[in-house]
Amino acid sequence: MTSTSTNLDYDETQAALFGMRQQDDRSKFLKALTGIKGFATGYPMGMVGAVVMLILVAMAVIPQLFTPLAVQKSSSIIGIHISDRFETPSWDFWFGTNALGRDMYGRLVYGARTAIMIGFGAVILAKLLSTVIGTVSAFFGGWVDNALQRVVEMVQAIPTLVFLILFVVMLEPRLPDIGPLSSDMLVILLVVAVHSGFVSSRTVRGVALSLREETYVEAAQALGASDSRIMLRHIVPNLIAYVIVSASLFVGAAVLLESSLSFLGYGVQPPAPSWGRELNEAREELARYPHLAFFPGLFIFATVWSFNMFGDALRDRLDPRLRGST
Amino acid sequence: MQRYIIRRVVLMIPTMLGTTFLVFAMMRLMPGDFTDFLGGDFGALDAETKALIQAEFGLDQNWATQYIGWIGDLLRGDFGVSVYSGRPISGDLLQRLPITLELGIFAMAINLIIGIPIGIISAVRQFSWYDYTGRAGAIALLAVPNFWIALLAISLAGKYALWAVPSPTYPGLFEDPIANLKFMAFPALLTGAAGAGYQMRFGRTAMLEVMRQDYIRTAWSKGLQERAVILKHGLRNALIPIVTVIGLFLPALIGGTVVIETIYSIPGMGRYFIHALNGRDLFIVQALAVIFTMVVIVSNFLVDIAYSILNPRIRYS
Repeated sequence: MTSTSTNLDYDETQAALFGMRQQDDRSKFLKALTGIKGFATGYPMGMVGAVVMLILVAMAVIPQLFTPLAVQKSSSIIGIHISDRFETPSWDFWFGTNALGRDMYGRLVYGARTAIMIGFGAVILAKLLSTVIGTVSAFFGGWVDNALQRVVEMVQAIPTLVFLILFVVMLEPRLPDIGPLSSDMLVILLVVAVHSGFVSSRTVRGVALSLREETYVEAAQALGASDSRIMLRHIVPNLIAYVIVSASLFVGAAVLLESSLSFLGYGVQPPAPSWGRELNEAREELARYPHLAFFPGLFIFATVWSFNMFGDALRDRLDPRLRGST
Repeated sequence: MQRYIIRRVVLMIPTMLGTTFLVFAMMRLMPGDFTDFLGGDFGALDAETKALIQAEFGLDQNWATQYIGWIGDLLRGDFGVSVYSGRPISGDLLQRLPITLELGIFAMAINLIIGIPIGIISAVRQFSWYDYTGRAGAIALLAVPNFWIALLAISLAGKYALWAVPSPTYPGLFEDPIANLKFMAFPALLTGAAGAGYQMRFGRTAMLEVMRQDYIRTAWSKGLQERAVILKHGLRNALIPIVTVIGLFLPALIGGTVVIETIYSIPGMGRYFIHALNGRDLFIVQALAVIFTMVVIVSNFLVDIAYSILNPRIRYS
């Protein structure tokens, strides 16, 4: 680089700026670290939940990390291996093998991807939907509110599992496969999201109703802001904390619904690995091989538990007023 | 009060119509109908025969005629017939409804018996060991899939004969009450425990909220016994939100019976529903969905009424 005197100035400024930014980055990192430390000391169980949660997410993203070579070599998680049927847990098959000779440990690790994909997808969609419905319903009031609330009541009146099963059966063959989501996973994701979106829009509406009465909304209206601007700039940002907390608490519920559906046979279709499905298949040989039922349930439990623990602590941290509410 | 009740009843009508139409439409949009299953085992039915069978059940008419006809029948108490057996559905319902009702009532009782006292103790002794154990237990209950526990219990019972293996057939409540209770106890416990976690958490929050009120401080300072403060002044006021949770729990409870009835082979409404749906026995599915929904709507109505009795401010808003 050629540097004249003027350039030197420039370079120095750049360097100073760069150094400052670097320092800023480091202090941000330190801040985040102390934040995590504060969270861990204040909410030890929440931290345990967060660690288990991260392990499960890592399983979903890079399952290869969790299946050692011995397991990968001994048996594949898909395909039929008649000579390896119903192995009891051993060094080669940590959790044993199922009726088709598939390694259970491997299938459960890969099942994390199914559960996490559906759980996260459903939660994101559900929260978007409930925020839109709740905000629109609260902001416009009148007939819009009335019509939306009747629909919400309808969805709420049909027992959850009955609603989900009917929609899954109706929609499943009509949906395409999208990337890693096969149509059977996609349908669960959508149906769980729509159901929860409507049901939980009720509470969002309640919060948005109180926000609508705030003076800053009145001020924005007086300044001639449009409806969409008021909703997007003044109401939704103030809902975010509430939505994040309820989202973190809903992941567990979504995973539980997915495994219930799969357990009943309406969920994830074979040969894709799913914890609920695995439990369903374990029913056939329950008397002889109870370990086939033990491990999938343990994974479901660990997932739901860790997300709930983390969500609970997060709620207490972000909004102490909500402490202990469900 | 009268006006409030009338308004609530009128509001139930659009919800009822909406849900019935939703279920009605879904059954007709579902891929495959019962004629496919009828023909399935013996080679496909030809289109003419299919149309003939469908016409026999009035499925060739347009949706409006079918829907209005169905609602009319429902209002007269006629649920239609099973497309397979030709038997009127009301007869089957009479057999199955009491079984699910028994399961549901036991489950609800267990839910309240576990949930409310623990929630209250947790709130009254906040930040004590009772509280921490109670809250951890509540979160564990929320996270445990009850069908998993059911499977483990069955397998352990089978392996070690720890307690009676569920009998393959359902013993009637009135023919053999003891065998019936033995049969139902564990399924009811599992169905009820699933919601007990929510009950505990709601109960705790409600009670905490109440115990911070001024009138509780007054009750303490005028020297009342702890028992009186907690039960008479605290619990009575905490009951209002607790009653609402009972209403919210119902849709989940009915879903829970579907799963538990399937595992334990209990011949109730839930298993009937799954069985009928898998065979696309559409009139049965419609009838059951209507009954489930009715149960939820009517009990929400009752909860609202109870709520307005407990809390007079609601009536005038």
